[in-house]
Amino acid sequence: MMSIGKAVVRTDGRAKVTGQAIYVDDLRPEGCLYGATVRSERAHARILGIDLDPSFDWTDITVVTAEDIPGENVVALMTDDQPVLVDGECRHVMEAVALVAAPTRERALQAAHRVQVRYEELPVLLDPAQAENSPIHIFGTDNVFKRLVIDRGTSTGMGVVHKATYHTSLAEQLYIEPQGMLAIPEKDGSLTIIGSLQCPYYIHKALKRVLGHSRFHVVQAVTGGGFGGKEEFPSMVAAHATLLAIKSGRPVKMIYRRDEDLRASTKRHPAIIQITSECTPEGELLSWDARIIVDGGAYNTLTPVVLSRLVLHVTGPYRIPKVHLEGVAVATHTPPNGAYRGFGAPQAQWAVERHMDRIARELGIDPLELRRKNLLKDGDLTATGGVLHDTAAFLVLEEALEAARAPLLQRAPPPGAGIAHWKRGRGLALAFHGCGFTGNGESWLKGKAALELVGSDLRILTGSTDIGQGTDTIFPQIVASELGIPVERVSMAPHDTAQVPDSGPTVASRTTMVVGSVVQSCAKKLRLALQAETGLASNNFAELLAARNSDAVLKVEHVYEPDASIRWNDADYSGDAYPTYGWSANIVDLEVDPDTGEIRYLRLVTATDVGRAIHPVLVSGQIEGGALQALGWANLEEVVRDQHGCMRNDRLTNYIIPTSLDAPEMVTRLIEVPYAAGPFGAKGVGELPLDAPAAAAAAALEQALGLVLDDLPMTPERVLLAMERGHAA
Amino acid sequence: MRLECRVNNQAVSVETAPMTRLIDLLREDLRLTGTKEGCGEGECGACTVLIDTKPACSCLVPAVQVQDAHVVTVEGLAKGEQLAAVQQAFLEFGGAQCGICTPGFLVMAQALLNEHPHPTREQVREALAGNLCRCTGYQKIVDAVENALAGAEHARQ
Ligand code: FES
Ligand code: FES
Repeated sequence: MMSIGKAVVRTDGRAKVTGQAIYVDDLRPEGCLYGATVRSERAHARILGIDLDPSFDWTDITVVTAEDIPGENVVALMTDDQPVLVDGECRHVMEAVALVAAPTRERALQAAHRVQVRYEELPVLLDPAQAENSPIHIFGTDNVFKRLVIDRGTSTGMGVVHKATYHTSLAEQLYIEPQGMLAIPEKDGSLTIIGSLQCPYYIHKALKRVLGHSRFHVVQAVTGGGFGGKEEFPSMVAAHATLLAIKSGRPVKMIYRRDEDLRASTKRHPAIIQITSECTPEGELLSWDARIIVDGGAYNTLTPVVLSRLVLHVTGPYRIPKVHLEGVAVATHTPPNGAYRGFGAPQAQWAVERHMDRIARELGIDPLELRRKNLLKDGDLTATGGVLHDTAAFLVLEEALEAARAPLLQRAPPPGAGIAHWKRGRGLALAFHGCGFTGNGESWLKGKAALELVGSDLRILTGSTDIGQGTDTIFPQIVASELGIPVERVSMAPHDTAQVPDSGPTVASRTTMVVGSVVQSCAKKLRLALQAETGLASNNFAELLAARNSDAVLKVEHVYEPDASIRWNDADYSGDAYPTYGWSANIVDLEVDPDTGEIRYLRLVTATDVGRAIHPVLVSGQIEGGALQALGWANLEEVVRDQHGCMRNDRLTNYIIPTSLDAPEMVTRLIEVPYAAGPFGAKGVGELPLDAPAAAAAAALEQALGLVLDDLPMTPERVLLAMERGHAA
Repeated sequence: MRLECRVNNQAVSVETAPMTRLIDLLREDLRLTGTKEGCGEGECGACTVLIDTKPACSCLVPAVQVQDAHVVTVEGLAKGEQLAAVQQAFLEFGGAQCGICTPGFLVMAQALLNEHPHPTREQVREALAGNLCRCTGYQKIVDAVENALAGAEHARQ
């Protein structure tokens, strides 16, 4: 009956393969209107007027502007700087100025085009490197969203110094289902909000402020991918749909078109990372100094937390006695950047792994040996002085090396290529990833879950959503295994704020590890409750159930209890920044055409420490999908912006993500070094796969062409340019 | 215009504008919402259906083009409760995560398997190259399609 470690069929699988799963755009309530957004075309301007074209027929159109907001004009998140609708001054292109709703999608789009916005242009700041000293103020007086310094010693002045700067680029989450939300006014005056989202309670919190009341509930529809892109951004979409629904008195559905989604939604923060390291001539690291600038865009969103995770990962999985880390996140007049799977860590570990390769190259040491010399192990200290436990850096490394010994699967050459002059290379990169929220985040958040016994079946109530990663399958496995019953007897309540408690957001690789452990505690509590009710000391669930002489619903709730062994001081950023870490080793084989700069991935071997694989197929699916996002970021994906900061390549024809032909064959090995406080030992794994593959690809490219690239993305144009510039090692 | 065609083996007769997109006809008029829209311009393949056994992006096809044709959507792959082999394989191998791309992949894979019941991995990758998935990295989708019929034959033995 122990379903942990078994690949049970995912609970939503049948609905998804038969076309019966209902996503938000599949809903069409009676009388539904379609919403569209009027957006600013200037990066920074005063709005002089919003005019309705008198030659257009407005009779069946609902128009909403900032004046129609019943509560506060704010998207409540970390700070209150971002408005729901521009009021007076726009601070980036594609900022929402007004909303329209119409009986058809076409009418809505036509109407949106006929809303004319008059602007008075204001000075624009687009360059993050200029932000701090700019006379143009976007946020505060210095445009700084957050500054973070971790100082645990500086250079010893005795080692070999290596110094370089690394750049990472914007990237789009590119969930295949665009942003979408449906707001329904109910007969009793309340509202139902249904949508594509990761965090129902984020939206709940935000809408409460916009509406000035809480007579509404938020329901997650089946969600077609999120990857962070549906963490905070849907609060805005939900507010828009709701405002239109209130004004029109009708259900309003707002589904973004792909081009709008690409231009308007949040992206991965670009970062500039300068590292100065010092090591012995043999390559043992002595000190590490990193200076980081992150571009947050025009509003704060979650930028301070992204910066903090970036800084906490910018020493990589290495033991460094003295570290000095300084990060600053600044504002520019560009669309806000936000959560994207990895949340700062991929940027950090791109720079770290490129820098490790630099040290190896300049010292003439094998990059693998350099890493072995410095890898973290149990008992070592992190950059914040936390003592490590459950480490698996060496285990994943050796596992990946072993797996990579197998010969490459023969793949057909790409059309018109595959000719002898394509050069092959292999590269290695490692990563670690802090699981769950940074610092005391979980203690503040107090994630809750509940469990109900109904008849002889169980129902889990949690705000943690399934966005494809399999929460709705894994949580029942945890409960069923704890109680020793078949997994089929455990179901999930809808992710509806009217029914389920706030378990915290579905982010930060925390759902399985943190909320999963809360769910496991619920199962334990339920057993205790049954023992108390029946007076039976048995641990056998069937016996307890049989001894019950009531069929009343029995409900237990549990609130997250912080792992007592974890210590964190937020004031000076010292201690255990994360309860535990996941570890990963990545080996990329690729070939590259020296004439065109085109990269073709052949194989990706990953070995990943997951603590405990609750569902091996789901967890390896997470790793493979995440890794391909990282490989796409490495060589294909590039956001091109115009002079206003607006994304120009706003289509899937020109923002290119990998296809099945671009993807390598993947060999996915799982390592299990359990985390005692995780459910059955599980660690968080959602983001770790994003951290290292890009750097492994860069290392492979270096081996193939002798070309050193320190900046992302490594598109063919950039590879060729680098070759022309003779950046040969 | 009056459009007459068959959809998933059922006769359909609807009044529609000739240039209505097939995807809208399916999703809005026939309420077959299994077919998904990821881009609306032929790039993601989420809207793939079969028109007289040939796969097509239903976001690019005007309704008039399916006059008298047979359209198969994801809803038409299973025989009643009995899943098609490729659907079963997606469940077993983990080919669906968020599931938004899944209908398009299944229809495209079915078209491939109709022609090549035992495709090589490279054939599978080629055939599915017009369908985007952001969740899986394609590995488990390729595994599922490659082994779909092998699995089904195995099960029958
Ligand atoms: S919706 Fe038709 S190809 Fe994307
Ligand atoms: S399963 Fe989510 S896009 Fe393919």
